[in-house]
Amino acid sequence: MKNLIKEFTKGIIKENPTFVLVLGLCPTLAVSVSVANGIGMGIAATFVLLGSSIIVSLIRDFIPGKIRIPCYIVIIATFVTIAELCMKAYSPELNRSLGIYVPLIVVNCMVLGRAEAFACKNNLSRSFFDGLGMGVGFTLALILISAIREFLGSGQILGHTLIKGFEPVFIFGMPSGALLVIGLLLGFFNLLKNRKI
Amino acid sequence: MKNNLIVSGSPHIHKQESVPRIMWTVVLSIIPAGVAGVIIFGLDALWVTLVAILAAVLAEAVFEIWTKKKVTVMDGSAVITGILLAYNLPSNVPLWLPIIGAVFSIAIGKQVFGGLGQNIFNPALVGRVFLMASWPKYMTTFVKPLSYDAITSATPLAALKEGKILEHISYLDLFLGNRGGCLGEVCILALLIGAAILLYKGYISWHIPATYILTTAVFVYIFGAKQLFHGDWLFHILSGGLILGAFFMATDYVATPLTVKGQVIFGVGCGLLTGIIRIWGGYPEGVSYAILMMNAATPFIDRYTKNRIYGSR
Repeated sequence: MKNLIKEFTKGIIKENPTFVLVLGLCPTLAVSVSVANGIGMGIAATFVLLGSSIIVSLIRDFIPGKIRIPCYIVIIATFVTIAELCMKAYSPELNRSLGIYVPLIVVNCMVLGRAEAFACKNNLSRSFFDGLGMGVGFTLALILISAIREFLGSGQILGHTLIKGFEPVFIFGMPSGALLVIGLLLGFFNLLKNRKI
Repeated sequence: MKNNLIVSGSPHIHKQESVPRIMWTVVLSIIPAGVAGVIIFGLDALWVTLVAILAAVLAEAVFEIWTKKKVTVMDGSAVITGILLAYNLPSNVPLWLPIIGAVFSIAIGKQVFGGLGQNIFNPALVGRVFLMASWPKYMTTFVKPLSYDAITSATPLAALKEGKILEHISYLDLFLGNRGGCLGEVCILALLIGAAILLYKGYISWHIPATYILTTAVFVYIFGAKQLFHGDWLFHILSGGLILGAFFMATDYVATPLTVKGQVIFGVGCGLLTGIIRIWGGYPEGVSYAILMMNAATPFIDRYTKNRIYGSR
């Protein structure tokens, strides 16, 4: 059990997909304009990660090594389609603001990376907690980045104005602002990592 | 006897020059343009400049104490960054704007790369572009020259971009700085005085400024009007931040190529980009973006224009 908790928690800080593994940057850069987008994207990616990790670890002994990547892609794409259709049905507004980046979860290197690096070598329970931890880590990272960007870029968090008279820093609403924020956060996490050792 | 036989590594010939000496001379040489800016736009220009300098120096000191490095605020490089940033701002900006810009210049433009000598971009321009992207409202309202109150006016280049005809501005007005613009870029005469000091002292070489200005002039002469070869090249040289950029910002030691050949490529590249942005781009002025883009290209230019080592093939 302790082992499983470790698989779960490593995804949040020690092997955080965004800040330590630096995977899945494309959706991170693109959708982190607002916290709502970040949460939506995080939940969708967590669902896909979880589903694909479970299936891949269940059928890992049947997949021939040479065609494993196409197999993973098919599995991942299935879950992405489920996530996308659900999102379209229950929250069309979110789907519209995330746009192309929902179907693009298929090629998110984080999802494929976990299937290739973890789920295909580990049993069901470990893969489940790995996927869950990675998903939660990704979601938290997205929320952190998008909170910084939304606050600085528009003076709001989740649509609520925090400080009256705050002059929004437009650059943080633009792609260059996303790169700046992610770069600084990466540096900050590296600093924390180096301090500990 | 033994003491006279110390053999040290090269260089063996020493000059008086040092980083602080060069930097403070640059500061001195750029002061006339600021004085002109204060005369043209009033005391606001002075406050903006002083606040920017103070913020840049403080940011540098705080950052260096925080990262436990040697505090190098006395070498004058932070002062130059502050001055250059302020010279790239309109004189009527709220005073928090130069503060944020200077802190950003020093922190993101310079110290994250490791301080003086390591920055890949000109720090002052990094700050300016950050402010331009963040608060375009403040960065593009300019005070009318010599009016001393809050009448705003467009810069000549912006007016040109909107298709207005500029009959009331003569070349002499442009040369002396009687026009709307950023506070340090308007008075070409004062800038040229400073540039002359630097050139005389040998602190900057003529290659980058000359090729930069020449390329821009030729480019706008060819493409600057509806007909080919009818562009108003003198107007383009005298307006905008071309002179300030060419002599004081494109000649940054750190972020420009080392060899003469490389510097010529750098200058021509800056000139082409400036012309392209001015004529076909979305912004009226392109000097800062042109210099930053060529800063980014500098490592490549350096790589391909390396001098042949004597004796090698």
